[in-house]
Amino acid sequence: MTARQRADRRAGVAFVAPAVLVLAALSLYPGLWVLWLSLQQRIPIFGIARFVGLEHYAFLAQDPRMWNAARVTLVFTIASVTLELMLGLAAALALQRQLLGRRVAVSLLLLAWALPSVVTARVFEWLYHPTAGLVNLLLGGRTLNWLGDPSLALAGLIAADVWRTMPFVALLCYARLLTIPVEVYEAARVDGAGRVATLTSITLPLLRPVLLIALLFRTLDALRAFDLMFVLTGGGPAGTTETLTVYAYRSLFQTLQLGFGSAIGVVIFALVMLVAAAYLVVLRRASATA
Amino acid sequence: MKARSRVWDIAVLLLLAVWAGPFFWQVRTSFTPDVELLATHRVLPASPTTIHYRAVAERSVMPRSLGNSLAVASLTTLVALALGLPAAYAIARLPVPGKVFLMLVIVGSTAFPQIATVSPLYLLMRALGLRDTWTALVLANTSFALPLLIWLLAGFIREVPVELEEAAFLDGAGRLGVLARVIVPLVAPGVASAALLTFLAAWNEFLFAYTFTATEASRTVPVALALFPGVFEVPWGDIAAASILASLPPLVIVVGFQRWLVQGLTAGATKD
Repeated sequence: MTARQRADRRAGVAFVAPAVLVLAALSLYPGLWVLWLSLQQRIPIFGIARFVGLEHYAFLAQDPRMWNAARVTLVFTIASVTLELMLGLAAALALQRQLLGRRVAVSLLLLAWALPSVVTARVFEWLYHPTAGLVNLLLGGRTLNWLGDPSLALAGLIAADVWRTMPFVALLCYARLLTIPVEVYEAARVDGAGRVATLTSITLPLLRPVLLIALLFRTLDALRAFDLMFVLTGGGPAGTTETLTVYAYRSLFQTLQLGFGSAIGVVIFALVMLVAAAYLVVLRRASATA
Repeated sequence: MKARSRVWDIAVLLLLAVWAGPFFWQVRTSFTPDVELLATHRVLPASPTTIHYRAVAERSVMPRSLGNSLAVASLTTLVALALGLPAAYAIARLPVPGKVFLMLVIVGSTAFPQIATVSPLYLLMRALGLRDTWTALVLANTSFALPLLIWLLAGFIREVPVELEEAAFLDGAGRLGVLARVIVPLVAPGVASAALLTFLAAWNEFLFAYTFTATEASRTVPVALALFPGVFEVPWGDIAAASILASLPPLVIVVGFQRWLVQGLTAGATKD
């Protein structure tokens, strides 16, 4: 090893050390600590802190509220991600042929995505107002109670989430579309390919990798989503919008059961890691057959 | 052909404007007097008013929260860059032991759900006496912004030809000197992208801020907006004004710094 290599090695360690230490202390350590917390009965206001093993998990396995939250999370994730991908793809294809005012178009597109989700919650709360809201007005003066009716609240929540996250999918697809050389399309036209054939045999296959990435990012984010439902509906009415994250938060900081709430957090953690792992397996298999 | 594409352009712009419609409706609401809000449905208010903005500025915690958010988001960006730039450079260029494992941990930790780490972090902040401080929020925000920032910057740094660094070495510069004088100027747009995404994430962050703050001394804008008080009835106009103020920095980033924002968002995802 030359002096230069030794010096580079030392510099390398010194350069990554501060970031690694911060990540270890504020991300990895809490990630492990939460496992330990979930095995405890921990209620700070009563000074209770004792080891209970897997008791919380055993309780959660037959807790109707837990299963309801899991169902809500699943419906929310599948519906939101499906709509986001379809609308995002459509928006990207529309933008692909856009020549004039692209900057304005992208500004209008990204606006909804860039806002704090608490703002989105406040915007939709007002749009859904039973008597003065724009949504009911556009539906011809109905008085639907979007956020108060158990049969409507989840749909209202999903619509708000699709509004704020569709632009992300659209932007990823749009950026990929811009890198497709014009010659590819010209060649297709010379070969006599129609618009539909061009879309299904050129555009969509080229978008596949981006759509897979968007699918992964959006699924993980939907499973972890919290702000929007917490502020917009607070999990109500009658628990119809209570996701796993909202149940975890309420247990942690509203009923102050740090151990029990952490156990729900660990379940979400496991779910997210499972989805990420499954995605990697699918991706590896896809690239192996390609 | 030309006329048809012009029609298409305008139709797409109109559709996107409709998509952004809920935000414009909130802007309209923020300038509409209370008496009109629940009674009429004019597209534009009959007698526009700035009374909601004055109420928010004079009788709410929003001004203080805007200051808190600006400070927390700026400090998060600075700290994350100070930690992330050297780390990204080392990962892109230097022989770091266990580099593959390190990258795996960094990418993996971007998937960590905040709701799972919030309870340990809460106990940690309490033990350190950091509850209700900017420091707690800057630390927590940095921890979730750092992995993405390192990954982004490492990608940008890899694109710089190694030969450009050699001249600086011949001049006797160390690695830190090369990073500061050669790399940073060359990847300035990439640094801007990473900084904007970090600032935006910190500005919008709600869960940690809601949990670690207790008073207006440290409450950020999303927290203040979620807790916006109404005494007898919901002050829709005031809430609308407050949410427009909360949206200003994201709006400036989307409109004014679009190039760098898009570059950061699409980096990696659009490569084959």
